[in-house]
Amino acid sequence: MSNVIGVGASPKRKEDLRFVTGRGNYVADIKRPHMKFGIFVRSPHAHALIKSVDVSAALELPGVVAVYTGADMKADNVGGLPVGWGISGKDGNPMKEPPHPPIAHDKVRYVGDAVAFVVAESVEQAEAAAELVEVDYEVLPHVVGVVEALQPGAPQLYDEVPNNLCCDWDLGDKPAVDAAFEAATHVTSIELVNQRLVGNPMEPRAAIGEYDAANGQYTLWTTSQFPHVVRLLMGEMVLGIPQHKLRVVAPDVGGGFGVKQFHYAEEAVVTWAASKLGGAVKWVCQRSEGFISDAHGRDHVTQAELALDADGKFLAMRVQTYANMGGYLSTFGPNIPTNLYAPLLSGVYVIPSIYCGVKVVFTNTVPVDAYRGAGRPEATFVVERLVDTAALEMGIDKFEIRKRNMIPASAYPYQTPVIVEYDSGDPMACLERSMDLADVASFEARRSASEAKGFYRGLGVSTYVEACGLAPSRLAGQLGARGGLYESANVRVHPSGAITVLIGTHNHGQGHETTFAQIVSERLGVPFENIDIVFGDTDKVQFGMGTYGSRSLVVGGSALNKASDKIILKGRKIAAHQFEAALDDIVFENGEFSVSGTDRKKTFSEIAGAAYVPFDFPLEELEPGLEEQAYYDPVNFTYPGGAHICEVEIDPDTGIVRLDRYTAVDDVGTVINPMIVEGQLQGGIVQGVGQALFEHGVYDEQSGQLMSGSFMDYCMPRADNLPNMVIQPHSTTCAHTPMGVKGCGECGTIGSPAAVINAVVDALKPLGVSHVDMPASPNRIWNIINHSSVRAAAE
Amino acid sequence: MKITFTLNDRPVTADVAPSTLVSDLLRDTLDLTGTHVGCETSQCGACVIHLNGSSVKSCTLLAASLEGQEVRTVEGLAKGPNELHPMQVAFRENHGLQCGFCTPGMLMASIDLVSKNPDPTEEEVREWLEGNMCRCTGYQNIVKSVIAGAQAMRNAS
Repeated sequence: MSNVIGVGASPKRKEDLRFVTGRGNYVADIKRPHMKFGIFVRSPHAHALIKSVDVSAALELPGVVAVYTGADMKADNVGGLPVGWGISGKDGNPMKEPPHPPIAHDKVRYVGDAVAFVVAESVEQAEAAAELVEVDYEVLPHVVGVVEALQPGAPQLYDEVPNNLCCDWDLGDKPAVDAAFEAATHVTSIELVNQRLVGNPMEPRAAIGEYDAANGQYTLWTTSQFPHVVRLLMGEMVLGIPQHKLRVVAPDVGGGFGVKQFHYAEEAVVTWAASKLGGAVKWVCQRSEGFISDAHGRDHVTQAELALDADGKFLAMRVQTYANMGGYLSTFGPNIPTNLYAPLLSGVYVIPSIYCGVKVVFTNTVPVDAYRGAGRPEATFVVERLVDTAALEMGIDKFEIRKRNMIPASAYPYQTPVIVEYDSGDPMACLERSMDLADVASFEARRSASEAKGFYRGLGVSTYVEACGLAPSRLAGQLGARGGLYESANVRVHPSGAITVLIGTHNHGQGHETTFAQIVSERLGVPFENIDIVFGDTDKVQFGMGTYGSRSLVVGGSALNKASDKIILKGRKIAAHQFEAALDDIVFENGEFSVSGTDRKKTFSEIAGAAYVPFDFPLEELEPGLEEQAYYDPVNFTYPGGAHICEVEIDPDTGIVRLDRYTAVDDVGTVINPMIVEGQLQGGIVQGVGQALFEHGVYDEQSGQLMSGSFMDYCMPRADNLPNMVIQPHSTTCAHTPMGVKGCGECGTIGSPAAVINAVVDALKPLGVSHVDMPASPNRIWNIINHSSVRAAAE
Repeated sequence: MKITFTLNDRPVTADVAPSTLVSDLLRDTLDLTGTHVGCETSQCGACVIHLNGSSVKSCTLLAASLEGQEVRTVEGLAKGPNELHPMQVAFRENHGLQCGFCTPGMLMASIDLVSKNPDPTEEEVREWLEGNMCRCTGYQNIVKSVIAGAQAMRNAS
């Protein structure tokens, strides 16, 4: 049928027209009648008791409507921000879960913790008044480092959390692992830091709360990746608003990357303040404020060991990680360094036994939660640095050691020793393809050419596998999820045959309006342009868990596929009635319903029309209308994976690492829209490169201040420090999702940091360097080079 | 204070405070919300507009300075709903955007580049866009878009 654009095509994105013409609708763009503006007063101290908050001077300024404190919210019985996952320690005890008030009332626990909210007629008035809020702090000693926070005598964030230890978690068979290490020929040990990152979507967070007293209706517009979950958490647990009286809208959202998949204090505060004032209250985060109030990512310190036999075969892995949670538990905080980390430590390798302990720790820093990849980049970095270091120590080629230990395609489904079972994959094919594309064979010639210029050149490889498509609810429940994580889709066929899809995922750059329309266009034979995808509004969309963990296509797309099946079945029933034929004789092909073996047929549009204006449907069996809803819950995670190879050139005079070549071969399962998949990989890789080379959320130990709190100090990847990447899929089909899809949103960020750092280490190998911490910034690299005894001896 | 300037080819008069920023004037007073604010410190480039034909960051520019000047925003690029600027077409054709937040600034900066350098090399594009951050695309398709848009602008002129 004409204008059907289906799986495998790359139509131009439906969403682009509004964005290239400046007609997107982001939260900061929204105006409401008589809207007021709010500004947060935030703690300048990392750790302090709040003795008093004096708002009287602020209230006297012109235009100031109200100033709210944590005490006001507490007095109004506003609840704390809930945590979506509860983990338990190796002693069986649940994690420590201290309260997280939206505005602090007794104590502040990080620089940026909110202490008051000023509402005025204009932003400028609110800003001026915020300066006049007098908070009397009793400053306490603070601790920002995850290892330091566990030391005896460290400042304590909570009376009820001894040693700041939220949870001492582990996974794996420790006695078996210890025994394997005893028997090993070679043990490789590394210590590494997976540094704190600030996600920094280009659109700062924003929220507008509105209350209409005439009908008791609340509305929250928010920059969220999961508006229904915000409605559930904020409505039920924080503000006590009945679900049917609370509408949450997440319109166009300018990038998320995990940063916008949490229920934030500011959402609750603007909604609560709106109810107090009986109108609309808007808050738009400034970038500098975002640096100290958006949840951060990563921040691990890890000791890891790999046991090998004389042939370089892996026998066991032992890992101890210290994971920084910051001052409070964010929505998914404790889940990230545990359940989304340790189960990925097998990588794409056969490792008979693995043990991982994780100490989850509070510190006086911004809360840490999921950031693109979330746990899986950290796991991949551990595995791939261990493997590279072992290869170096044992004198085995870095590709050879990987191939020697890789799970063969024939071994899938493959049960790892750390919970997860990979359903499908072919890592060897990905690795070999990436080696060809990267022209590894000619690398030494390129290295010589760089050396002739006085530069160091290195080649690095990283394989990876991730668990995504959150989530198989049953498994998630066993791992501590406090709710199942299915997805829903509603396919509403209009009488003309045009379609509106209502889906519970959220599109903030991923191109869902296009990809999902392709799925429906192919399944139902409906022209691509006659399909619209609606998301992000709890008053329109039934329910949904939102977009994170590369789940939208895997879980939401599968729900959409299932709802399409239901539409076809209903259409066949209508056709059977129209033709007076048996249901079994009605076939649906190429957008037409026909009676098998005859030339009697009706188009999809004709059946849609008939569905809405029936005269004689047998109502007991066949209701009017053509609209179906489906919920889909996968039986397993999906496991995208692949191999990334990069080459760097290092200028010893400046320490600048120039990324020269980057090749990625990724197994993302069935590709719906190749253009969008490539875009997701490009963006993901650059975020991982950002971690490897540029980005670092640095806290000053003395002051507890975030030192890299602006784009001047926190180095984001920019257009001029990146090469063009070569990206090719090499996909196997997911064994359990209906379309064979695996997801692709996080692949790039997971595979790239280790590839880049392995290349940097390879480049500096002549200087005796065996490890470089991230980011491999000019300062760090210059110091390594200029303090190298090898170099000094050579000169 | 009252200022009069040309905005997207039309005369505009606005009453602004001495401290009002151009980005706020455009977004809050004139309802042109296509110009985005991503950092308030001229770092990210989401707020780039054209002032007398050259790209400038509007988030640190005082509205009072617009008196008698010519301003163009992303809303003023297309000649009509069905006639996009070649650079807008190029971004769409080459998947040069994902979330769309940096896109207006990218478009305005790119068009200014091509007006000064009609046939930029990839390296020149990357260097020119150093002041425009994108967190989604990894820049590769933005660069591709600008090269294609430059060619389309040359063909159109």
